[in-house]
Amino acid sequence: MEELVSGFAVKKGLAEMLKGGVIMDVVTADQAKIAEDAGAVAVMALERVPADIRADGGIARMSDPELVLKIMEAVSIPVMAKCRIGHFVEAQILESLGVDYIDESEVLTPADEAYHINKHDFKVPFVCGCRNLGEALRRIGEGAAMMRTKGEPGTGDVVEAVRHARSVYGDIRHLQSLPAEEVMTFAKNIQAPYELCLQVRELGALPVVNFAAGGIATPADAALMMQLGVDGIFVGSGIFKSGDPSKRAQAIVKATTHYNEPKILAEVSRNLGEAMVGRSAVNLPDVEKMAERGW
Amino acid sequence: MKIGVLALQGDFREHRISLEKLGADVKEVRLPEHLEGLQGLIIPGGESTTIGKLMVAYGLLEPIRAFGQTRAVWGTCAGAILLAKEVGRDQPLLGLMDMEIERNAFGRQIDSFEIEIIVPFLQSPEEPYHLTFIRGPIINRVWGEAQAMLSLPDGRAIAARQGKLFATSFHPELTNDLRFHQYFLELTKSESTG
Repeated sequence: MEELVSGFAVKKGLAEMLKGGVIMDVVTADQAKIAEDAGAVAVMALERVPADIRADGGIARMSDPELVLKIMEAVSIPVMAKCRIGHFVEAQILESLGVDYIDESEVLTPADEAYHINKHDFKVPFVCGCRNLGEALRRIGEGAAMMRTKGEPGTGDVVEAVRHARSVYGDIRHLQSLPAEEVMTFAKNIQAPYELCLQVRELGALPVVNFAAGGIATPADAALMMQLGVDGIFVGSGIFKSGDPSKRAQAIVKATTHYNEPKILAEVSRNLGEAMVGRSAVNLPDVEKMAERGW
Repeated sequence: MKIGVLALQGDFREHRISLEKLGADVKEVRLPEHLEGLQGLIIPGGESTTIGKLMVAYGLLEPIRAFGQTRAVWGTCAGAILLAKEVGRDQPLLGLMDMEIERNAFGRQIDSFEIEIIVPFLQSPEEPYHLTFIRGPIINRVWGEAQAMLSLPDGRAIAARQGKLFATSFHPELTNDLRFHQYFLELTKSESTG
């Protein structure tokens, strides 16, 4: 019998367990309980949801550890927390709290304009955002054990989530069609590690789980992303900025499971109350686009 | 052989792939009518609270309880929790197996681990099996018809069987080693009904 150092399989493994589920942004322990009771597979503990970060402006940082700990105490499901892009000390702090996943997130104000965190240095697994295959493979190369397409957080507009998912899966399909001698140039063009390109070509998929995020506000949005091929759903502002968070949360959980059953989708979409107030992602000024953050 | 994999949430695809490599005809189960004609059912890893709530919402709790009276059911991690009679907190359970299970018994994700262990009841038992524990549970106690089948070096039980019902704290579906799935397929064929 031999105990092994827990490595990438265990980091990636937790994301495998979250598949087909919904991860919800929460800002209090009470919201975390509501999310758990509604069937969330995990919660993202943060001080402000993206819609409020947008509205408030200023610098968005890692949450107060006190808040993160309270949320960890409140629920039995995994708890994730966000650090700023490149802010490896915020990541060290979150790891020391015992969070189950760290999101190196463009929703917060980046701390480094050139480099992301070397995620191999950590025992806690990381999830990162991507807009395309190159960005996804750069993050995986740095040690990310889970991906999420970025979408445009805090808008309630699903268009960017769709754009990013179509881009990632379109690039994968293209890569699969290439003869071996073209893979190196493909890797160069998308600025991705060659070895990971070879792996994706072989698998026909990313080597880690990929969720959708950024702008998902309705059960239909969640099912749309699932039908486009993502493994699960992050909902940020969409739940607790809506009229009836508990009901909407349950509906999005059911829609993520039964994403291929229009009758069930119709049933769960009935009488949900008001969705979050939306903001067109396409008309946002460039400086307000969170998805552009990350290198 | 027709085997179902409960596909409400979790790593059901990995179970599907393992079973298909062994030649089984695999059906994903999301609604009660999907249980028809199946000889066995796997409840995958995932979040037991989420899977439990979705079982309640779509009327699967009673049909799976009835299924488990005569046919084989294997739960991995979250699935093992759902099979237990007691987990020490209020959440929907199948309660099919005479065991008490403790969720997240090793701690949080940073305490997740892998270990190689000899599993005497598998084929080629001399070959250690690579076990993956992800926020895994521990089987604290078994009684009645249930029997502990496997323990960690420190003695904590991580697999149990009760007739055709089988529970593991870990995730054979995350490895390429098909011996646990082979074991389960043999269980579905066995005559024992508990």
